[in-house]
Amino acid sequence: MIDLGLYNYWIVIALMMSGLYALIARGNLIRKLIGLNIFQASVFLLYISVGFVRDGAAPILAPDVESYSNPLPHVLILTAIVVGVATTALGLALAVRIHGAYGSIDDDVLDRQRD
Amino acid sequence: MIEELIDVLLLVALLLVALQVIGSRGLLAAIMTFGAFSLVCAGLFITLDAVDVAFTEAAVGAGVATLLMLAALRRCGGEPEESPRVHWGGLVTVLVLGGLLVWGIRDLPPVGLADNPAHEHVAPRYLEQSGTEIGIPNVVTSVLASYRGFDTLGEVVVIFTAGLGVWLLLSGRRPEEEE
Repeated sequence: MIDLGLYNYWIVIALMMSGLYALIARGNLIRKLIGLNIFQASVFLLYISVGFVRDGAAPILAPDVESYSNPLPHVLILTAIVVGVATTALGLALAVRIHGAYGSIDDDVLDRQRD
Repeated sequence: MIEELIDVLLLVALLLVALQVIGSRGLLAAIMTFGAFSLVCAGLFITLDAVDVAFTEAAVGAGVATLLMLAALRRCGGEPEESPRVHWGGLVTVLVLGGLLVWGIRDLPPVGLADNPAHEHVAPRYLEQSGTEIGIPNVVTSVLASYRGFDTLGEVVVIFTAGLGVWLLLSGRRPEEEE
């Protein structure tokens, strides 16, 4: 028997921080959005880990099953995934528009243009 | 036993793929590995009993999001990327914040216990009553479409707003046309 303990949460934090680092450190706007998406995925994973019940079944009612995982985090995260992709689409559209107006999507290049 | 083992292995794989996405050279490689990242994520959701979330993540995360990024890359790619260097301010921020989070999660109950506080509140009611009240075997669908239908309405409003924003941004007049 492997006792998961808080293992899932450690990995969630590591993922969250690597996503945040990519968001801060990389200049390219598409790379920033990828970092944001990794950050998002780590939050999804946090909620799904909270909802997990060991030896429970997926929350689809069946006659001879007694223990299910918690369905509520699943619902919240379903909504969050779809909203997340809507945010990504808007961010990418902004990047395309910035590229159209300034000819670059690199933060540093855009900074230098302003100076 | 085997479920926990798969969970441990997939989580390690997920972290490695994420680091690969962030460190990869070239935007195309980053976007394609991000698709793989979403797929590993979907596999992990299945081992954590969230089958509906896994479907959505595979279709929307690995499918639609990757496709949108590729489309954006097509329209504004080709720019040489500056080679990544260590961003010390970002690194310190991330390490401090990560340390605080690790310190904070020590109080959380272990993953997977059936009597965790998260499972005591409204979830048992959904599991016990939704079969007779709504009549759909899939509890996630019952909650999504019926008990928390207003959430889903709000979600649709957000998607509509985002779609409107994308349309306005991309169909608007370009600066050179305005002169």
